Amino acid sequence: MLNKTGIPTAEDVKTVTPSQERLNKGPVAIIECFQKIPCNPCTEACKQGAILPMQDINDLPKMNFDNCNGCGVCLSRCPGLAIFIVDASYSATEAIVRIPYEYVPVPEAGSEVVGVDRAGKELGTFKVEKVQSGGPKNKTYTVWLIVPKEMAMDVRSIRLGGVRHAN
Amino acid sequence: MRIEEHPILDFKRGKEITFFFDGQEIKSFEGETIAAALHAAGVRILGHSQTMHRPRGLFCAIGNCSSCLMVVNGEPNVRICVEKVQPGLRVETQQGKGCLK
Amino acid sequence: MSEVKDIEILIIGGGPAGLSAAAAAADLGASVLVLERDGKLGGQLVKQTHKFFGSKKQYAGDRGFQIGDLLIGTCENNSKVEVWSDTTALGIYEDGVVTAERDGKHLKIKPKKIILATGASEKMIAFPNNDMPGIFGAGAVQTLMNVHGIVPGKRVLMIGAGNIGLIVSYQLMQAGVEVAAIIEAAPAIGGYLVHASKIRRAGVPILTSHTIQEAYGKDSVEGAIICQLDDKWQAIPGTEQDLKVDVICLAVGLSPLTELCFQADCQMKYVPELSGHVPLRNDYLETTRPGLYVAGDVSGVEEASSAMVEGRLAGISAAFSLGYGKDLAPKLQAEALAELSELRSGPAGQKTLQGIRKLMDKGEALC
Repeated sequence: MLNKTGIPTAEDVKTVTPSQERLNKGPVAIIECFQKIPCNPCTEACKQGAILPMQDINDLPKMNFDNCNGCGVCLSRCPGLAIFIVDASYSATEAIVRIPYEYVPVPEAGSEVVGVDRAGKELGTFKVEKVQSGGPKNKTYTVWLIVPKEMAMDVRSIRLGGVRHAN
Repeated sequence: MRIEEHPILDFKRGKEITFFFDGQEIKSFEGETIAAALHAAGVRILGHSQTMHRPRGLFCAIGNCSSCLMVVNGEPNVRICVEKVQPGLRVETQQGKGCLK
Repeated sequence: MSEVKDIEILIIGGGPAGLSAAAAAADLGASVLVLERDGKLGGQLVKQTHKFFGSKKQYAGDRGFQIGDLLIGTCENNSKVEVWSDTTALGIYEDGVVTAERDGKHLKIKPKKIILATGASEKMIAFPNNDMPGIFGAGAVQTLMNVHGIVPGKRVLMIGAGNIGLIVSYQLMQAGVEVAAIIEAAPAIGGYLVHASKIRRAGVPILTSHTIQEAYGKDSVEGAIICQLDDKWQAIPGTEQDLKVDVICLAVGLSPLTELCFQADCQMKYVPELSGHVPLRNDYLETTRPGLYVAGDVSGVEEASSAMVEGRLAGISAAFSLGYGKDLAPKLQAEALAELSELRSGPAGQKTLQGIRKLMDKGEALC
């Protein structure tokens, strides 16, 4: 279905999701790359030995979740903007989801934004914990969202146009 | 409409220039093509076809397709997608083949 | 009589393939002249805001316009490379003279070798009112937005979910323009799915097995009627939707710009997998006209990453044939060939490989 709609299915997502135990331990990269294309910058970005080297440049990325410290370098390097960092250890009820972002306006830390899922469906209003600039060359921002723990594997972007005001 | 804020690109616009479209004054920037300046001003009907008199607009923007031919300073059939704006330029909607004066 | 410019290697087209060819040939010591019909070098690279795929060797992770700037810089800083911009090549003659036009002047060039890197042009599809203002090729939208910083309208219908349709949709949203939908007649998305997912999560529907029935509007586009297709690509009655859009953007494929190949009497073949008529050539990209090489989309429509490698391969091969890089060139050729086969080895590259096999198959009709 992904190749008809652009929306990864629950089964697709399952194949790249670490165990609940690993998720609870702390930040980890979720690489939502489901198609063999000639691309390998993530393997070169990872200095932790978490993203394994590819035999063939068309291989799908392979992770060793235990080596991942959630540094987020891969997130800002992935040309497909397909990498997210999820930290389910943030608090008892909340998780942090870090998303790559290349639109304007860039949300500000402390502001509230509308989070959306992989289909662009609104999931609620969430607080922005932090915003990291990718720098003058990379330019991809990383936006840290505080979301309810059970939504950590669902929130994947922000509704464009920033905050939506109540009617 | 011109883009003021972009997440990836910085637009370095040249000096402000004024030219004329069917007698109307249009503001643009040095380095822009006539097509770009007209689109920034909301003009997208550039001429009419010869037989059916159908409106013609920009299509390829790289000088390939000849959809954007206009009369520039009296010269017909100028590809305005690759012709740059100049101060005081007279750009006119072209009807059909245009004619040489 | 205008004077004739002598040069070792003439490169026609200053996009990713042409610039890579220029740099590679000049690095081996050859003197190169690049003709570019636009005022600025870089071709379509300068309009690409996304990060490129591939590996480090093809600048993966850098954005298209950044790669463009890098290639332009490499050529501008190389004393062996001369660039004539705003110059349009007109013809390649039997005596080897190439003619060109600049500022209304007719120019003559006598190169020892020629590399054609003329790229591709946008395809059109048939539907009522497809000639209306407000209907643009995807490349035109990129030029307006990413070169001039001007948006084409307020709300866009994108036709085609190949890489160009997906990328330009994303660029429209980055410029603050709403994309109403991306429609694709094929039953599956043709472009990279990571691009598709990025656009989908921004809320843009991607409708496969959908086509445009007609555009409408008084003097320019005010809307479009789209409908669903069945598995025989026929419109399903009752599935029509009326989309209020002021821009329809066509990203329905590219055709190799091969006029000069035909005119130079290269043997040509129609290969759908390579997107049209393309010249026969050997592994080192030399056509059936000795000393005439091709690189990039003119040799078959593909990605910019492979266009750059092809450019490099053609540049090395042309310089080598002039006696440059006696020891080094064969090694560099082998490296480029290995990169090309690596880039094409996955599922995404199968179409190109099949096309090249068909092209070089001696059994089929030539023209």
